[in-house]
Formats: sequence, C-alpha cells, structure tokens
Amino acid sequence: MSETVISVRNLTKRFGNFTAVNNISFDVYRGEIFGFLGANGAGKTTAMRMLCGLSYPTSGSGTVAGFDITREGEMIKRHIGYMSQRFSLYNDLTVGENIKLFAAIYGLSKQDTGKRTDELLDRLNFSSERHTLVGSLPLGWKQKLAFAIATVHRPEVVFLDEPTSGVDPITRRQFWEMIYEAAEGGTTIFVTTHYMDEAEYCSRVSIMVDGEVRALDTPARLQQQFAAESMNEVFRTLARDAERGE
Amino acid sequence: MKNNFLPFVKKESLHILRDKRTMLIVMLIPVILMVMFGFAISTEVNNINIAVVAPERTGAVKDVVGRIAHNDYFTFYGYIDQDQIDKKLRSGKVSVVAVFASNFDRRMEQISAGLPSKPVIQFIVDASNVNTASASIAYLQSILPGTASQQAMFETRMLFNPQMKSAYNFVPGIMGLIFILVCAIMTSVSIVREKEVGTMEVLLVSPVRPVKIVFAKMIPYFVISCVILVMILLLAHYLLDVPMSGGIWGIFSLSLLYIVLSLSLGLLISTVTKTQVAALLISAMVMLVPVLLLSGIIFPIENFPKFFELLSNIIPARWYIAAIRKMMIQGAALAAVWKEGTVLLGMTAVFIGVSLKKFNDKLE
Repeated sequence: MSETVISVRNLTKRFGNFTAVNNISFDVYRGEIFGFLGANGAGKTTAMRMLCGLSYPTSGSGTVAGFDITREGEMIKRHIGYMSQRFSLYNDLTVGENIKLFAAIYGLSKQDTGKRTDELLDRLNFSSERHTLVGSLPLGWKQKLAFAIATVHRPEVVFLDEPTSGVDPITRRQFWEMIYEAAEGGTTIFVTTHYMDEAEYCSRVSIMVDGEVRALDTPARLQQQFAAESMNEVFRTLARDAERGE
Repeated sequence: MKNNFLPFVKKESLHILRDKRTMLIVMLIPVILMVMFGFAISTEVNNINIAVVAPERTGAVKDVVGRIAHNDYFTFYGYIDQDQIDKKLRSGKVSVVAVFASNFDRRMEQISAGLPSKPVIQFIVDASNVNTASASIAYLQSILPGTASQQAMFETRMLFNPQMKSAYNFVPGIMGLIFILVCAIMTSVSIVREKEVGTMEVLLVSPVRPVKIVFAKMIPYFVISCVILVMILLLAHYLLDVPMSGGIWGIFSLSLLYIVLSLSLGLLISTVTKTQVAALLISAMVMLVPVLLLSGIIFPIENFPKFFELLSNIIPARWYIAAIRKMMIQGAALAAVWKEGTVLLGMTAVFIGVSLKKFNDKLE
C-alpha cells in the first residue's frame, strides 16, 4: 500500500464518565478520499478535533502528516486544511480578500498568494467575482470557495466536516468533482458526511457507532460484507444497534 | 508565520468600515450625549416662581425683593397675602414664598449692629421636587449675602466650578460610559460573532495563535476610541467650556489606560459567552447599568449605603471618572491621581490575565 498520512492507534477521549471516542485505530493513505461516517453523537466530531490538534486524546496515539497529535498540534495545523459544516468565510470581505487573508494565515509569500489566488479563481471560474462580497454569493458557490480556500496552502490532508449539508444536488456533484481533483493531485481527503450516496464516492469508508469504529473498508466490500444493496443499508444495519440516541 | 498579524488587523478594520451603520452610531453617540448633557439636560434649575409676603414694603424690603426678581433663576410672581401662601404653593403657581418679618428694617439694623435678633426672612419651599427645592435655597443664599444678615453669619465660595455648571459634572461621566460602550461591547460582540458564525473554528484549526486573533481585533477599536476621545475633548473644551486645567496629556494618558481596560473587559466577556445576544446582554446588565448607577455619574457615591459604596469600588468607571474630574475641573496633575491610576492599571492586568487564561483553556 502507499504512504500513510493519518495513522491512529487506540485513540480514546473521555469527558468525565462519558467515553466519546472509544479505542479507535485506523490508517489513511496518501491521495485517498476517506469517508468518516457515523450518526450524530457517534463521536465523529470529537475524533476529528483530535486529529486537527484542537483537542488532546485521553489515551492512545496518532500521527497526521507525520506529526504527533499529542505533542505537535501546532505543526499539524500548518499541514492540514479544514472546512466546517458551517459556512466559514467572511461574508463582508470580497472573494479576493478572503483568499488573501487565509493565504496570509498560512504564511504564503506575497508572490505565492497572487499566483495561488489567480489559480484558484481560474479553477472555480470565479475570476469575474474577485471583488464581489462573499455574502452575496449563492450558498453552493460559497461552499466551493470555502473548499478552495481550505487548500490554498496545498495541505497534505484536508478535513471536511459535512461540507455539503444544505447544498443542492447539482452543486454537491460539482463539489465532489473538486474533491476528486484534489485527491488526484495527491491531497488526502478526510470527509464526514450525512449523505450515504456520497459515501459511495469515497475510496474507503469507516462507520462509527457509539464511539467505536464498527466497519472500515471500501464501499463495495462493505456492501458485500453486510449483504446490502447500498451504503444506506449498511449504515442502517450498523446504526440500529446504537445505544446512544441522536 | 510571523507576518500574519497585519492582515488580521486589516481584516478587522474592513469588518468595521463595511458596517457603516454601526460605525455611524458609534461615532454619533458621544456627540449626541455631549450635546444632550451639555445643553438640554442640566441639573440647573431655571424660572423658579417666587412670591413675597411683606407686611411693610419699606425700602430695605424692596431692595431684597429687587435682588431676587432680577436674578435669572427666579421669576417674581408678585406680593401676596399671608393666607394665600398655602393656596399658591398647592396650585403650583409658585414654588417658593419669601415671608418678610414685621419690623424688617429695625431688625436688620439690630443685626448690623451685632445685636441678637430673630430670623428676618422665612423661605417656604415646595419640596415635592427635592432637587428644585434645594437648588432654590442654594440660589437664594447666594443672592442674599449682600444683605448684612447673611454676610455676618457665613460666607460660601464655590471652588473649581463657581457657576455650578452641570456640564462639568457630566463630561467625565460621559467619557466613563462611552469607552465601556464602544470598547467592551463592540469587541466582545465582534469576537463572539466569529464563534457564532463558525469562522472562529476555522481560525482555531489554522496555525494562527488565538492571542493574535484577539489582539488584532482590539487594534481598530482602540483607534476608533482614540478618535472619539479627541472628539469628546474638543467638544468639551470648545463647546462646553470645560477647563481641562490639569493638563491635556494627563487626561489623555489616563483615558488611554481606561480604553485598554475597556477592551480587556470586552475580551473577558467574549470568553464567557457564546452568542452575540448574550454578549450584549451581559455588557448591558453587568456593565452599563452598574456604571450608570454606581460610578457617581448620576448619584454621588458619598450618599450610598455602605454596601453599595464598597461595591462601587469594583466598577472601573468609578475610578476613571473620579480621576478625570480631578484633572479636568480641579486642575490636578496626573501625579495627583496616582491612586486611581494604579487601581485602573491593576484592574486591566487582572482582566487581561483572566481572559487570556480563559481563552487558552477554551482550546482544550
């Protein structure tokens, strides 16, 4: 197999008596689109926060882009991109200003910033919107822009937390094309989603139930394993036994 | 990663500049408050209607009445009879009645000669409005020293603010209020807004140090506050004739300290709230109301019950207003308000320390 980008061993997070993430282990390889699935409250967000260096694990270990998640959180932050389910660009800044701001945050030089801005706008067909306030763009465009900005510094891994919630099917389709493009360029994608049809676009999928990873494989093999016709069915079979409520 | 501070300052400035309505309000509030308190709302009492009861209208009596009638604060209602006093006061036609004793001339002579005498003028005052009543008495006493009676008994001089202008009292109060309003409320709302919208999350996942994000937010508000400070001082000096006799630099540097304090207070509020509405509510309930009531802007601290007097000590505005009053009106130098300055400095340190600690705790 190819190079490991994310590697997690026995990762556990407890909040008091509550074990949000229980002893999970998995690897993610370079250029993969890794679908991280689970019902609400299954522990997805907590696990993802630990991988992004936002939260320390109670026990267990892991590396992201070659850096230790307990000791080198700051280094991890420089090598990852992040896009949350909530739209997270500045509405009162223009498209260009948003790109410039995030380029500066990730320490791109002025020259690189200019080049990357042109490149991103070109790829999105957004060049005419450079001076438009982001607030006046339709939601789908905003999400695409947010993804582009999350990759402005060419991170090794991009974490996408339910990036397509609330977006229409056509834009979702376009969004996934962008994800594929980025993955082909060698960027690893770590994505959580609610939409089971999207799970089928992933190279591999893990399904979390009650803080544990209950299944991890390619969508095709998971369907085979659970004798299901779609990822939706696989997911429902697993989630049925969940003890934690929504 | 060292150069990413300035882009943040630019970003914050853009947020503020593009929100023209808020910007306008922030800049207009100080001007409106100054003009309102300086001219429209004043604790001075004008046009007090006064009636006189005088059994004999001798030259000496007429002299005193003339003095009162010519004073700007009083409107002379006319001579009335003894039995009309109650009716006139009750109907509100007059609020003060001056009753001259019989044998007024002879008694005055006695007083001038240093002989003991009974009071010569009785003032009956409608005290249903305490402020008006006490102001009337104060004015009457300041008019009458000319008569030998008062002069012989005591002499009063009003220092620093001889005309008792209420603007002198309000300008430091407005300053104490406005910086809390602009700095604390606006910073806290702006930080909390990013939490609410979700942009804070993205910033936290980025390599920017959270402290940087916060300080970058403070800078534009600091600049705005400085502009407002200059505006207030100019208005106070040229429009309201507040003396600023303690030296402009002292007032300036203490105000800068207070601005920093208000900013750190805003930061503190932002670390304990999650929504803009909560930040606004806390700012209004925990800061604005106590500042208004307990800082001595409206009610004199000396009159508080012991508990509230002690409580007022933790209100930063109280110390700032007291110091500014000393420097603006009494002409004290910066060195003379070292105590207030130290307290403000200590409070600033505590606010910054606590909020930075809280801010970092949030991360994990």
